Amino acid sequence: MTHLTDLTISDALDKLKNRDISSVELTQAHIDQIAKHDSQVQAYITVTAEKALEAAHAADTARAAGDDKPLLGIPLAMKDVLSTKGIQTTCGSQILKGYKPVFDATSVKRLYDAGMVMLGKVNMDEFAMGSSTENSGYFLTRNPWNLERVPGGSSGGSSAVVAARMAMGATGTDTGGSIRTPAAFCGLVGIKPSYGRVSRYGLVAFGSSLDQAGPMTRTVEDAARMLQVMAGYDPQDSTSMNVPVPDYLATLSGEVKSLKIGIPKEYFGAGMQPEVEKAVRDAIAWYEKAGAQLVEISLPHSEYSLSTYYIIACSEASANLARYDGIRFGARIDKGDVIETYKATRGAGFGAEVKRRIMLGTYALSAGYYDAWYGKAQAVRTLIKQDFEKAFEQVDVLMSAVVPTTAFKFGDNTEDPLQMYLADILTISVNLAGIPGMSIPCGFDNQHLPIGLQLLAPAFKEETLFRAAHAYEQAHDWHTRKPDLLQ
Amino acid sequence: MTEWTTIVGLEVHAEMLTQTKMFSACPVVDSVMAPPNSAVDPVSMGLPGTLPVINMQAMDYGMMVGLALKCDIPPFNQFARKNYFYPDLPKGYQISQYDHPLAVNGYLDIELEDGTTKRIGVRRAHMEEDTGKLTHIDGGSLVDLNRAGVPLLEIVSEPDIRNSAEAEAYARKLRAILQYLGVNHGDMSKGVLRFEANVSVMHKDDTEFRTRTEIKNLNSIRSMVRAIDAEVARQIKLYNKGEKVIQATLGWDDAAGKIIIQRLKERPDEYRYFPEPDLPIVEVSREWVERVQALLPELPDARRTRYVTALNLSEYDAHVLTMDKPVAEFFEVVLAEGIAPKTAANWFTTHLFGLLNDHKVERENIGQTNISAQHLAALIKQVESGAINQTTGVKTVLPEMWATGKAPEAIIQEKGLAQISDVSAIGEKVADAMAQNPDMVTRYLNGEEKVFNALFGNIMKSLKGQGDPAVIRQILQEKLTAQKS
Repeated sequence: MTHLTDLTISDALDKLKNRDISSVELTQAHIDQIAKHDSQVQAYITVTAEKALEAAHAADTARAAGDDKPLLGIPLAMKDVLSTKGIQTTCGSQILKGYKPVFDATSVKRLYDAGMVMLGKVNMDEFAMGSSTENSGYFLTRNPWNLERVPGGSSGGSSAVVAARMAMGATGTDTGGSIRTPAAFCGLVGIKPSYGRVSRYGLVAFGSSLDQAGPMTRTVEDAARMLQVMAGYDPQDSTSMNVPVPDYLATLSGEVKSLKIGIPKEYFGAGMQPEVEKAVRDAIAWYEKAGAQLVEISLPHSEYSLSTYYIIACSEASANLARYDGIRFGARIDKGDVIETYKATRGAGFGAEVKRRIMLGTYALSAGYYDAWYGKAQAVRTLIKQDFEKAFEQVDVLMSAVVPTTAFKFGDNTEDPLQMYLADILTISVNLAGIPGMSIPCGFDNQHLPIGLQLLAPAFKEETLFRAAHAYEQAHDWHTRKPDLLQ
Repeated sequence: MTEWTTIVGLEVHAEMLTQTKMFSACPVVDSVMAPPNSAVDPVSMGLPGTLPVINMQAMDYGMMVGLALKCDIPPFNQFARKNYFYPDLPKGYQISQYDHPLAVNGYLDIELEDGTTKRIGVRRAHMEEDTGKLTHIDGGSLVDLNRAGVPLLEIVSEPDIRNSAEAEAYARKLRAILQYLGVNHGDMSKGVLRFEANVSVMHKDDTEFRTRTEIKNLNSIRSMVRAIDAEVARQIKLYNKGEKVIQATLGWDDAAGKIIIQRLKERPDEYRYFPEPDLPIVEVSREWVERVQALLPELPDARRTRYVTALNLSEYDAHVLTMDKPVAEFFEVVLAEGIAPKTAANWFTTHLFGLLNDHKVERENIGQTNISAQHLAALIKQVESGAINQTTGVKTVLPEMWATGKAPEAIIQEKGLAQISDVSAIGEKVADAMAQNPDMVTRYLNGEEKVFNALFGNIMKSLKGQGDPAVIRQILQEKLTAQKS
C-alpha cells in the first residue's frame, strides 16, 4: 500500500469517504513525517500537532455523522503570513515573534469551514520579501529535492512541506511570484489567483495591490479543490470581486484542442538555463501536438516590469509595515522615549531586506520624488496591464518558464539583491496586471531539480489554467516523482 | 493697528455621528465616558492583515455637510494614506483623502454684528478616520483607541476670515449646520468638533500673504477667539520689532491666555500621501447626490427667513432662535403647543435666555434643564389666560419650574398663586388703601396723576402680588373718579 503521505488530496478524500482510512491516521502520518524530516528541511515555524489531531478526530466524527465537506479531514499547512486565531503568526519576522492573532484570515477560515485539519504554520521570507526564503527571520528552509538548495520563496516553507509530504497541500501567497517560484523549485502545482479572487482579509499585507493567497499542491486537481474553497467575494475585503466562482473540478476535461497558446517572445530572452528553456519548449510542443494552436506574441513593456514592481510593492510596503512599532503587539524594545522605542524595536525586529524595501518605498513616495517614481510606475503598470489585455485578444493562455533557472544554492544570490530580484523577472508582470498565473512541473534538470512551466490567463479565468494544466499533467508523470530524501 | 489686516483660515474636524466606525463595524462610543479601549476591533487597532471597508453612512453624512455648504460633489473621490508615526495612530498611517476629496468649492454666509452678511469660501471637505487618544502620565503615556477610526470630516475654509469675530461667526454657523444636519452634536469639550486656525497678518503695502501659523487644541469657540486675537497681536509685535514670524504649530493655554509654540516647522510636513490600495475609488452618481440632497433638513438660514417672513419675528429674534438647533427645536415645540410666535419669542429672549444666563447654562443645552417645552408653553398659557399675572409667572413660577421641574399648574396650586380677579375682594382692598392714604388721594385729586401708581402698588402688595392688574386699575380709577364729583 502507498504510504498515507504520498496520497493526493483527491485520493485521500476517496479513501476517507470509503472509510479505508481515518483522518486521525492521515493526520498522524503527516505528524510522523514532520518528526522524521523537518529537522532537516526546517519548514515549520509552528507545528500544532495536538490541535491537528483533535481536528482530525472531530472530522472523523463528523464524517461518521454524514458530513461530507470538500476538505473534511485533509491535513494542510498555512503560510505564516496568514492570520490564524490563537496560533502564532510571525510573517517570518522577529518583530511578530509571539504574536497570536484574535482572528482567522478569511482564506484560512474558509479552509477550516471546508473541514481542513491545520498542521501548523510554515516558514517564509520575512513579510514575503524574497524569492528563496533565505530572508526568514527564523531559519533557512531547505529544498527537499536537494538540501543544499533553496526551496524558492517567499512561500518556501509551503513548497518544502508539500514536496516533503509533510502536508497534503499548503497555502502560499504571491506578490511577485512567491507561490509560483517555490512551486517551480519544488516540483509542485501552485496558482496565484486573479487579484480579487481570494480575500486578502487576514493576509498580512506586503504589497496591497499585488498580494494574493493561493494553493500549493502536488496535483492540478488538488489545487482546484483548495482554490474552490478559498475563492469568493468577502465583504471584509473591498478589493475582492463579487463574481461567481466556477466549479473548477468540472473544468478538468483534458480538452486542449481548441486552445490558443501565446508564447511571449520577451519571456525567452538571454540568461535562461538551457535545460529550463528546453523543458518549457518541450511542454509547449506537447500542447501543439495535442491540437493546441501556438501564437508568438509580444509583451512590449516587459522590460519595465521589474522596476515598476519594486517601486509599487516597496511603496505600499513602506506604509503597510509602519504598524510594527512595538506599541500594540509583537516585540517591543522599550527605550523610554517613544521615538527611541520605535527605532530600537524596528531596528532589531526587521531584517536587512525588509529595511531595504521600506527605505526604497519611503524614498519613492517622498515629496518631490513621487511623480518621478510612484506616479510613473503606476502609469507603466497600466501599460503592462494593457500588454496582457492585447495578448489575450489573440490567445487563451500564455506559457513560459516560471523562473529562468532551477533552484539555486544558498547564498548564491544573497550578496546582490538585484540578482535575487531577477529571479522574479517572469512572474512579477502577472501581479502588476492582476491576472492569474500557475506553475506546474514540466521536467528536471541534470541535477535532478524540478523545472516549472508557467501558464497565464485573463483575469478571473482560472478555469482555463486548470483545464490546460490538467491535460498536460495527465500525459506526464513529473508530479508522481519523489525527492530522494523520501526514498 | 490699521496698517495690518488679519488673515484667518479655519480647518474644522467634525466626527460624524454614525453607529459604527469609518472602516469597520466597530461601534462608535462617547470617547470621554466609555472605559478606555472598550470600543475597539481588529481593524481600528490596525492588527496585521486587517482591511478597511468604507462606512457608506459616513459618506452620506459627509456629503450632506458638503451640500449644506453649497459645495460641488465631484464625480468620484478617493482615499489616500497619510503616513506618519505616532502611538495614537495604530496603522502608522491615517486613511484620509488628498487629491480627490468628497466635496469642493463651497461657501458659508455669516452674519456680522453690523447686520451685513459675508461669504466665507469653503475650499474642500474630505472624509478620514480619527486617531486614538494619548494620556500622558508619570513615566509614560496611555493609549486609548476608542476614538481611533471614528469617521471624521475635515472642512477647510478659504483664508477669507478677517478678524476673530468673523471666525467666531463662521464657527458658530458651521456648528449650527452640523447640528441641524444631525451629523455632529457640536460638543467641543469632548473633542467631537475641533477647530484649528491658520493665522497670518498682512501689511497694507503687502501684495502677498506672509508666513502663517497654525493654532491647534482649541477646546471652545471662546478660546479660539482669544487665541486668534493673541496670535495676531504677537505677529504684529514681531513685525514691528523687525523680526520674522516662523512657521509653527501653536497651542493655546486658556488659563494663562497665552500662545504656546509647540513645534517649529523648518520643513513642510512630509506625509508621503499615496492612493489607498485597499479601497476602490468611490464613484458618485447623480442619483446618490440627489438622494442625499433630499435628506437635507431645513437649515438655519432657511429657518431664520421663515421666522421673519411667515412668523413675523424680528431679524434679531429669528437669528437668536435659530442659531442653536436645540433652541430652535425647543421653540418649535412651544409653537406646536399653540403659543403665538411673537409671544413665544418674547418669553425666550427676555425670560428663558435670562434664566439660562443666570445659571451659566449654554443655550444649546436648553433641552437639558428641568423646564420642558411643554411646561413652558403651559406657563405662557396660564399668564395669557389671566390665571396668574405675568410678574408671578416670571418671578415665581418660572424659577420654581427651573428648580423642581414641576408643571406650572402644580406650582400655582401649591403656592396659591392664582391671580385674584374677584371684583368685591379687590374693591375691598382698594377701599382700604384709599382710606389709609387720604393724602395720596387728595394729591391725585389735585392733579398729581403719578400718585395713581403708588396707590396701585400699595393695593397689589396687599394682594401679595396676585391681583389682576387690569381689575385693580379699573376699580381704583372708578373709586377715585367717584370722589372727584
